[in-house]
Amino acid sequence: MATVTGTKKVVGLTGNSAIAYAMKQIDPDVCAAYPITPSTAIMEEFSGYYADGQVSTELIAVESEHSAMSACIGASAAGARVMTATSSQGLALMWEMLYVASGLRLPIVMAVVNRALSAPINIHCDHSDSMGARDSGWIQLYSENVQEAYDNLFQAVRIAEDKRVLTPVMVCMDGFITSHAIENLTLIDDAEVKDFIGEHEPAYSLLDTENPITVGAMTLPDAYMDIKHQQSKAIAASKDVVLEVAKEFEQRFGRSYGLMETYRLEDAEVCVVVLSSAAGTTKVAVDELRSKGKKVGLLKPRLYRPFPHEEIMEALKHCKAICVLDRADSMNGFGGPLFTDIRASLYDAPERPVVINRIFGLGGRDYTAEDAIGVYEELFKVVETGKVERLSAYLGEE
Amino acid sequence: MTKKNITFAGIIFEGGTADKYKTGGWRKLRPTLDKDKCIDCLICWVMCPDSAVIVEDGKMVGFNLEHCKGCGICAMECPDKVKAITMEEEEK
Repeated sequence: MATVTGTKKVVGLTGNSAIAYAMKQIDPDVCAAYPITPSTAIMEEFSGYYADGQVSTELIAVESEHSAMSACIGASAAGARVMTATSSQGLALMWEMLYVASGLRLPIVMAVVNRALSAPINIHCDHSDSMGARDSGWIQLYSENVQEAYDNLFQAVRIAEDKRVLTPVMVCMDGFITSHAIENLTLIDDAEVKDFIGEHEPAYSLLDTENPITVGAMTLPDAYMDIKHQQSKAIAASKDVVLEVAKEFEQRFGRSYGLMETYRLEDAEVCVVVLSSAAGTTKVAVDELRSKGKKVGLLKPRLYRPFPHEEIMEALKHCKAICVLDRADSMNGFGGPLFTDIRASLYDAPERPVVINRIFGLGGRDYTAEDAIGVYEELFKVVETGKVERLSAYLGEE
Repeated sequence: MTKKNITFAGIIFEGGTADKYKTGGWRKLRPTLDKDKCIDCLICWVMCPDSAVIVEDGKMVGFNLEHCKGCGICAMECPDKVKAITMEEEEK
């Protein structure tokens, strides 16, 4: 097990160790989890902190991820600050409970270490797990590297528990690529974490026997739609809270976050849009092409749900051609989930860029800077010829 | 469009609200009790999923037909040597 010996300095940690350490610093009231590759080490190391008496958390070892999320829901409705972690099939097994957590407006924070869904069975990274949960009413933040995953977890607590939001949050990072690779990161002092996240003040509590409540009652056509409307407005408005929390985080800790990160995009003719660790790889390609005078840029969404469509349109509208790289296929005959969202966002642009889609990296397939350069070259070809040969395709397909 | 009387997340600010939701109208089969056969073992009271078996002073006295959905679990669970509960068609 990785041992964290210092704070306020650069340490080397895997993504899983950094998340486990962040959870130790947050010290949630309840944590119910079931281990699954590649997120196993998060709970393994957190269990170590628990066994050593370094957290006051009630740790519940359950028999499945469905039970893990169910226990999280019960604990959160009882007024506890609740966290968990999962991947892939584990997230899939939580499915029906994800909607219960969001529908009851419970501010649960979950680390999702992205891994491909079966079949065929595979333990490596792609986004098919969390992309399937994109419309489950959870806020989704995607992290490029270990530092971002660590920082996003604290911000997720603030976003989820904000009175205007009260919605669960997934903090996603790439399986193995980020979860198992040791990277340098700067840690935050325990006291500063406590001060930033504050005390949890639940919106309601099942344990308040002086004021009994009924949670999750049957609602029929006269009320269900109104409750969903409340939820829809809250998740749409959470975008502003994400920015507020990011601003305060930057003031306190010096690292800047937004709804997205743009890289050399301002004057770019062609652009790649991609989530998480692949954005880091793409930046290498951008720098190389820029050194040859090519006007290329990158947009990496950080907040994927709610989808900041207006801001993304503003950031991309000047481009001539864009390729959206999806690490998941929607199996819809049209393109990946990020592609359809980005393309729809640009419908209102004064001059619509060409937007193509490439599916990449499924089941951990390598994505290199050379692959990214190939994508930019294809985009330049689209701009020169004015023709799109393949709207949506698998990267490298014959 | 949100109605003003809808609370946050549909929470109801009191407990035991299922009591107010009458489910007797769902019933197609009605439980009937032959008190002469009943031995007050109260297995029906334990097993009823709708808390619709009425017990007074430790004795089984009948059914709360405002909540009984007519599932027949009470009749099924009534011991074989007793069979004090039978399910009968509700009158149309």
